[in-house]
Amino acid sequence: MNRRDFFRKSLQAGLLTGAAVTFPGVYGNYFAKSSRILPSAYDLVAIKGGEPEAMFDEAIKMFGGMKAFVKKNQKVCLKPNIGWDVTPERGGNTNPKLVKRVIEHCLEAGAKDVYVFDHTCDDWKRCYSNSGIEKAVKDAGGKIVPADTENYYQDVKINSGKVLTQAKIHEVLLDSDVFINIPILKSHSSTRTTISMKNLMGIVWDRGYWHRNDLHQCIADCSTYRKPDLNIVDAYFVMKRNGPRGVSVNDVTTMKSQLISTNMVVADAAAAKLFGVEPDEIPYIKIADAMGVGKKDLSSLNIKRIIM
Amino acid sequence: MSGSLLRNIRIIVSIIFIVPTTFLFADIFGLIPPFISEKILFLQFVPSTLKFIAAISFGATGFVIVLLLTLMFGRIYCSSICPLGFLQDVVNWFSKKFKRKKKSGFEFLKEQKILRIVLLIIPILFFVFGSVTLINFLDPYSMYGRFAGNFFRPVLVGTNNLAAIIFNSFKLYSVYPYDLKAFNIYPFIITVTSFVVVVFLSWEMGRLYCNTICPVGTLLGYISKFSFFKIIIKQEDCLSCGICSKECKASCIDSENKTVDMSRCVACFDCITSCPTDGIVYSYSIKKQPSIQTSNQSVIDNSKRNFIVKSSLYIFSLSTIAAQVKKKIVVTKPSMIPIFRKSAVSPPGSISVERFNSKCTACHLCISACPTQVLQPSFLEYGFTGMMQPRMDNIASFCNFECKICGDVCPTGAILPIDLEKKKLTQIGKAKFVRDNCIVQTQKTDCGACSEHCPTKAVHMIPFEKNLFIPETRDDYCIGCGACEFACPTKPHKAIYVEGNRVHQTAKKNVEEKKQEKINYKEEFPF
Repeated sequence: MNRRDFFRKSLQAGLLTGAAVTFPGVYGNYFAKSSRILPSAYDLVAIKGGEPEAMFDEAIKMFGGMKAFVKKNQKVCLKPNIGWDVTPERGGNTNPKLVKRVIEHCLEAGAKDVYVFDHTCDDWKRCYSNSGIEKAVKDAGGKIVPADTENYYQDVKINSGKVLTQAKIHEVLLDSDVFINIPILKSHSSTRTTISMKNLMGIVWDRGYWHRNDLHQCIADCSTYRKPDLNIVDAYFVMKRNGPRGVSVNDVTTMKSQLISTNMVVADAAAAKLFGVEPDEIPYIKIADAMGVGKKDLSSLNIKRIIM
Repeated sequence: MSGSLLRNIRIIVSIIFIVPTTFLFADIFGLIPPFISEKILFLQFVPSTLKFIAAISFGATGFVIVLLLTLMFGRIYCSSICPLGFLQDVVNWFSKKFKRKKKSGFEFLKEQKILRIVLLIIPILFFVFGSVTLINFLDPYSMYGRFAGNFFRPVLVGTNNLAAIIFNSFKLYSVYPYDLKAFNIYPFIITVTSFVVVVFLSWEMGRLYCNTICPVGTLLGYISKFSFFKIIIKQEDCLSCGICSKECKASCIDSENKTVDMSRCVACFDCITSCPTDGIVYSYSIKKQPSIQTSNQSVIDNSKRNFIVKSSLYIFSLSTIAAQVKKKIVVTKPSMIPIFRKSAVSPPGSISVERFNSKCTACHLCISACPTQVLQPSFLEYGFTGMMQPRMDNIASFCNFECKICGDVCPTGAILPIDLEKKKLTQIGKAKFVRDNCIVQTQKTDCGACSEHCPTKAVHMIPFEKNLFIPETRDDYCIGCGACEFACPTKPHKAIYVEGNRVHQTAKKNVEEKKQEKINYKEEFPF
């Protein structure tokens, strides 16, 4: 046993004991809570032309406000994209203004705690701070949670998964009542675009496994596990090429848009169109549609379009 | 001034130096910014000398101050500023507590003059001919750096992680565990070995390392022979009782002949406090004192010489065996083609591998400061002369595009500070794509992890069969940060790796014009 193993093992032991004390093996129960009947008639709300906060304020009203999703004393887990050590105008991470606004809405609705994390690609501390998200979360009264060590992740089974049948998922998500996904829309070198479903890559520990074993199928598989209660797609600064990290601000177009849906496939299909790609060109959207995660065909859906 | 006051001042000053110096190497939180660490290490003799030579920088004149201090007060550097000196004093203090019952104190030893001069001259000659290997292994500051980095740092990591476990179990995430991303067994063994040697010597013989082996000690020692203030035995007050001699951890007081060998005295002032009659004092001396007599110069200790020769031979032979295990990077379908790096990658700011190898004393401060832990100690990746020096380990991590802290903290100038814009174009190596290991080729599925991580898009994706995309590398834009290699998920061999540049080059800036896209915010949605 080398030094690293020793630390890991002792940490795992400690975490497990801690986990057992605080929530003794009840992960399964959380699925029940996530399926709920929503009062809103809309499948998708699309809004553009405003600032991130103003657009969210307006769009969430169409769903009956955040109260429709967050009940008193519930724990909320917010998953933005904080993957890269870049500033907000580079369009590499979710807009911190939007993150802040969403947390404020959750707390107003009576949330007990709002946790925010992402398993980053660049050094996590630099990502959290340079993306502006750490400050936004603290200012809004949320809690930013690290996600860079394996000890935060718990083994789960993904029953509907074809390739990805098990994964290690961050305990904060497993422990939360409400799951809100806030991805940013941007180009992606291997999956064409990254939106809601691809954003869930940041809730697992071993991303390498996805890359080795048919990336698109794994993205679709993971989206069957714990469907977010709400997906808020940030399309304010949109990185049109060189994604997902981007090279400079020249890659970014200011689109001032936002899409909100309770279904990831719907959100991704609409966002792809907004980006200028047909959903059918993106394999993981097609696979997820075929697996019944949601509909990529937007024609039959009830869409609210707002231009500010 | 009374002896006990001097001694107390010495102890307080040494604590003022040792605490921040140690924390610098153990700091896992990145609390100390480079401009402060520079000040903390300003007076460290070897790094400051090397930086002065490397950078012709007048900001690195700490060693001149040390020389002047020595000329004035004797080897106070060794007792107060040198971190290894402090460590030995601590070991010595414990040994005294432990051994008090059995036998008491030290005794006067003859000076091993030839050995001392050889151990001073040879490292300097090696340095002149472009190798810092011997300085690496002998410089007290660098040794202490490695001890602190290898021993105290993990202790801090362990304590922090224990605290993190407790906090996390209460769902508090403000304290988080720190992951050590790599463990390098051979560099660790080398560090432990030198630690054992230093501790053993100081446990048994006090400051023998400082007085016989340490080149800095020898250099400052011969200067302190001419120092203004000296330890002087007052012929008239001395009773030749020998108490001071037994107290002297430097074994340099010959109480029978009433002489003090100032070249070995580390100015600890223990003797003065021990003297029952004020027969030994710290005082200015204009006249030549009898203590400077060098009567033992013709005595050569052959056993010690033999030891040095034999042990160096042993290290050489060990290294040839170990050379056979070096550089091999050890996935669904396993990747079949092993990677052999021709050259290890040296950090940005080191200008060339050769220059780096000839300037770095392997104190590992950059390793402690590196936020991504891409810098790891080498064993034989650079070859024998670069042993223990840091290299870019892209299996452990990769170089953050927006970071240049290694150059900012480097106290020897082996890694020169460069501004961020220059760093972003400094090509330390080039990404090499091994197509037959790549998942897109072997499994016909999308991957692109390398291109995702690439900060300059030197690795970009080009169309491949069946709507797939496969990586392509562009040397012009590549800076060798290793993000692609780190991210590459193939096992056991990577499908992309960084081949080090022997001499660093300048990459081309990837300047793509902004797309002229007119956005009409009043336009309807495309769905």
